[in-house]
Amino acid sequence: MRPLAAVILAAAMALPALAAGALAAGNEAASEVAPMPIGYLEITGDERYDRNRSYAGIQVRRRWRPVAGAELAVRGTRVLRRALKVAFTLERGAAETASALVSVIERLAADEGVRFFLIDAPAAALGAVAEATRGKELLLFNVSEAADVLRGAQCQAHLMHVIPSHAMVTDALAQYLVARKWRDVLVLKGPLAEDAALVRAFENSARRFGVRIAATRDFVLGNDPREREKNNVVLLTQGVDYDAVFLADTEGEFGRYVPMQTALPRPVIGTEGLIAAAWHWSWERHGAPQLNQRFDKHAKRRMQGADWAAWAAVRAIVESVVRTGSTDFAEVGAYLRGDKLTLDGYKGNPASFRPWDNQLRQPILLHTHNAVVERAPLGGFLHPTQNMDTLGYDRGDGMCRF
Amino acid sequence: MFAMKARRRGWIARAAALAVVAAALVFLAAAPAAADGSGLIFVSNEKSSTISILDGKTNTVIRSIKTCARPRGMHFSKDRKLFYVGCADDDLIAVYDTATARLVDRIRNIEEPETFDLHPDGSLLYVSNEEDATASVVDLATRKVIHTVDLGEEPEGVLFTSDGATVYVASEAANLVHVIDTASGEIRADILVDTRPRRFALTPDERELWVSAELAGMVDIIDTRTNKIIADIAFLPRGLRKEEVTPVDVLITRDGKTAFIALGRANHVAVVDVASRKVETYILVGKRPWGLALTRDEKTLYVANGLSDDLSIIDVASRRVLKSVPVGMVPYGILIDD
Repeated sequence: MRPLAAVILAAAMALPALAAGALAAGNEAASEVAPMPIGYLEITGDERYDRNRSYAGIQVRRRWRPVAGAELAVRGTRVLRRALKVAFTLERGAAETASALVSVIERLAADEGVRFFLIDAPAAALGAVAEATRGKELLLFNVSEAADVLRGAQCQAHLMHVIPSHAMVTDALAQYLVARKWRDVLVLKGPLAEDAALVRAFENSARRFGVRIAATRDFVLGNDPREREKNNVVLLTQGVDYDAVFLADTEGEFGRYVPMQTALPRPVIGTEGLIAAAWHWSWERHGAPQLNQRFDKHAKRRMQGADWAAWAAVRAIVESVVRTGSTDFAEVGAYLRGDKLTLDGYKGNPASFRPWDNQLRQPILLHTHNAVVERAPLGGFLHPTQNMDTLGYDRGDGMCRF
Repeated sequence: MFAMKARRRGWIARAAALAVVAAALVFLAAAPAAADGSGLIFVSNEKSSTISILDGKTNTVIRSIKTCARPRGMHFSKDRKLFYVGCADDDLIAVYDTATARLVDRIRNIEEPETFDLHPDGSLLYVSNEEDATASVVDLATRKVIHTVDLGEEPEGVLFTSDGATVYVASEAANLVHVIDTASGEIRADILVDTRPRRFALTPDERELWVSAELAGMVDIIDTRTNKIIADIAFLPRGLRKEEVTPVDVLITRDGKTAFIALGRANHVAVVDVASRKVETYILVGKRPWGLALTRDEKTLYVANGLSDDLSIIDVASRRVLKSVPVGMVPYGILIDD
């Protein structure tokens, strides 16, 4: 445990030479290594990772906690101990409630000098943690929650979003529909609040890019013949013409039976079929195979969107430390949020944070179960300054006011 | 797009003739003992795990051989009797006989080799191990790894100085260029460069090290005496956006006057005047050019286009594509035995 003042002093002594661009190695006695701890916090019992969402041993949609992504990124900084005299570490913490998580944040900040925290928590808890830590010298990174409201009415100046929002995901899908000229879409909406949020996002995307919603139908999971208009895929998908089905089933148990069962021979997009996400293991451009293989080796599983977000959050912090040659919170934070950040997310375009809602602008991958078929923004979708800002809330779009 | 014909104009032909004479003089001075090779051109295709072999006179593929998995970087031995191919997915370097293109040996247990360079005396290879954040030093006499150097994540380009005293390795993910003292195997400096450094070229006087920074869309120029960046060159072919410009391979001619940079997703090769550091022109090639190779007479430039599975063959004097030749899937490296 080390007081923060000492940390900053060590950084100030160790790093002036960094600005010159080169540091002689093998001179360790002369300059001390500055610690740069990064917090990683999660809600225990987070039901998004509830393994009981399976039946008879069949796990429909397995989600893993994204800590492995953060670990991998920290592991990748080993050379910086030598090259820049900065030692990055991951300080983990967990709590059952948002208020308990705030206490963990306060303790890590006071005792370990942690100022940057990755947070893996559902929307309500994340919003509460961000609300309770307003005005403190901290930056929080949302690595797993897509809810648009966190980038809108509930946005916070110190909460950065690395995982794409629902709006970004549905904008990517809408661009794909328009590019294919699949203009008429049947929407199938599940009973969960997150399903409804996803449909709202898709409706906005449809308006933005000129996709027509032929009908929106609620589905329920079950075999009750009295509810067959809602639980039978063929009945749900007949009596209307459409080019594609947009499926909003964030749980996945109903949705897995939708592709190949629609009344008309039409593709399914959304939460089955063609899915838009921050990452997919089959992505093979822009250096992705290296990242995927490194992740596989480290985590013994394939990389998912939230893993990528946790990895990218650490990389954004590391890049800001490296480019400023500092571990000072204000300097690193200012660089990270500024327009100079060139974050290599292995998706081609350099990523950076949007100043109006703190969302990381990034390409979105459109993938099937085993291939990435497109990368959004798609060709032809242009923006006056930054094509990636055709995905998600553009400046002035959302309700966010810091 | 690929069927462009060379339209020669008089002044270009005259300039070409002069350039040939100049190149020939430099060549005679620099490499008096060089013998004529077989005229074959070898192209590693990383996705089809093959090497395409072209006849350099006709620029047609005459055969294709199956290799180990995901072949990428290639290099001749000093006498050019052998060539080495790094196979990333098999963790080995395959050794081929140049004349027969037969596999003669495998150097095993090299984690994900990507690119490598040969010590000027021919005794050692420095290999970047992409997944391992290290460089392996391979003794070619025993074909064993004799030393490992810790580097940043995803080391890529490797380049020796002509005296063999120094080797440079770029770490793509750490944005560092490592300067390694080959006598001790120790790091002399870690130089912070622009985003995603990939490949190198040294000017003939070895005072400037040019490093492509793929995601920054530029080349950084490092003063090799101070290990500091002294300049950079940004590329932007007409009609393209900055994020589409992703430079990878860099070559500088023996006279030190001209540099060629493969611009990746911009689908062009940049031609740069080294002295003024100004872009002279951009040559349209296939999709996502990475690998570059010049013939010994420096009259012809071969470009490996990773996403159109072909080579663009450029007449250096006229700066025009003469021909494009389909090879295997995702061509990566090019070796010319001329």
